[in-house]
Amino acid sequence: MPDCILLCMRYFKLVKVFIVVCFVFVISSCKNETQTAKKSKENDVIEIYNFKELKPLLNRTDDNRIHVVNFWATWCAPCVKELPYFEELHTSNEDVEVVLVSLDFPDKFESQLIPFVKKRNLSPQVILLDDPNENEWIAEIDPSWQGALPATLIYSKDKRAFYAQSFTREDLLKEIEKFTKI
Amino acid sequence: MKNIKLLLFAIVVLSASAFGVDKESSMLKDGYKVGDIATDFSLKNVDGQLVSLADFKDAKGFIVIFTCNTCPVSVRNEDRILALDKKYKSLGYPVIAINPNNPAVQPGDSYALMKVRAKEKRFTFPYLFDDGQKIFPQYGATATPHTYILKKEKDGLRVKYIGGIDDSSRNAANVKTKYVEDAVDALLANKEIKVTSTRAIGCSIKV
Repeated sequence: MPDCILLCMRYFKLVKVFIVVCFVFVISSCKNETQTAKKSKENDVIEIYNFKELKPLLNRTDDNRIHVVNFWATWCAPCVKELPYFEELHTSNEDVEVVLVSLDFPDKFESQLIPFVKKRNLSPQVILLDDPNENEWIAEIDPSWQGALPATLIYSKDKRAFYAQSFTREDLLKEIEKFTKI
Repeated sequence: MKNIKLLLFAIVVLSASAFGVDKESSMLKDGYKVGDIATDFSLKNVDGQLVSLADFKDAKGFIVIFTCNTCPVSVRNEDRILALDKKYKSLGYPVIAINPNNPAVQPGDSYALMKVRAKEKRFTFPYLFDDGQKIFPQYGATATPHTYILKKEKDGLRVKYIGGIDDSSRNAANVKTKYVEDAVDALLANKEIKVTSTRAIGCSIKV
């Protein structure tokens, strides 16, 4: 009989340890949650535009810079691969301004886009384009574009080109060069 | 006469080599327009059988959709593709899905994983592998998903519609116009299709 009581007590001890572990786990995961909530708040800089709001950024005439508008998504592997080249272009060349227009799923804004942008510490302006009339605005961005990602628009005051393709670093710099020479 | 033949030969060789240089971009830009006659094919289905459009003796036409396992836009459209097949197969317009991606570039789109996805999602339609990527360039598909509606006519399979499934590829809840349904409904009613080509967000085809 005492054996049994001892066993019960030991078992009870184990359960106690288990409860404590669970409690610690719950507390720590709560902490994590508040942290991510904070992060997304800090990232209010990512604005959600419809096409009407985006359009002025595709047609800026108020400066002499080269404007590069890259259409991408966190789920698009070739887009993610070329992102560093756009980041570099934006930070290293003051005559170039890059805007990253994300076509991520609008319902993944908080869970995918914001953490991605934060983690990569992206310096160009990031915008989520959320507009259901994609058949209309894809053609308005460029008539040659069927909607496949990635795609990039490069324009200056007197030159404009659209690229329904991904870039290597060299190819991107080559294209920018064409705009610089004019 | 001999000189003219030589000249013609030179032109053919030169233009062929010119196309060769720009192969990738010409591959993407060419392809069918609405009104063209589309090619049939013989591609391997997930059940191991070769499938041709000619096999479907009773079909009035086809909803050919280039799609794949890995593209999140394709995945978000799987239920819509299943619904299209459910609605239109019995009316004579079955869905034929084709994976155009190169598995060497996108390993998740291998033939083995196509079988897995088809089973998981219980595809009711053929899910074919464009092995060697010979068919999608002929159609001119640029993205997944990318839809071609074909109608059986006397002289072949006429392309009647090219583009998106609907006007909101990223969010099914926001769909206002179902382009593919509208087009097939028009064909079934012998009416003119109002919108014959559209654009939609998708993943580039991996070559």
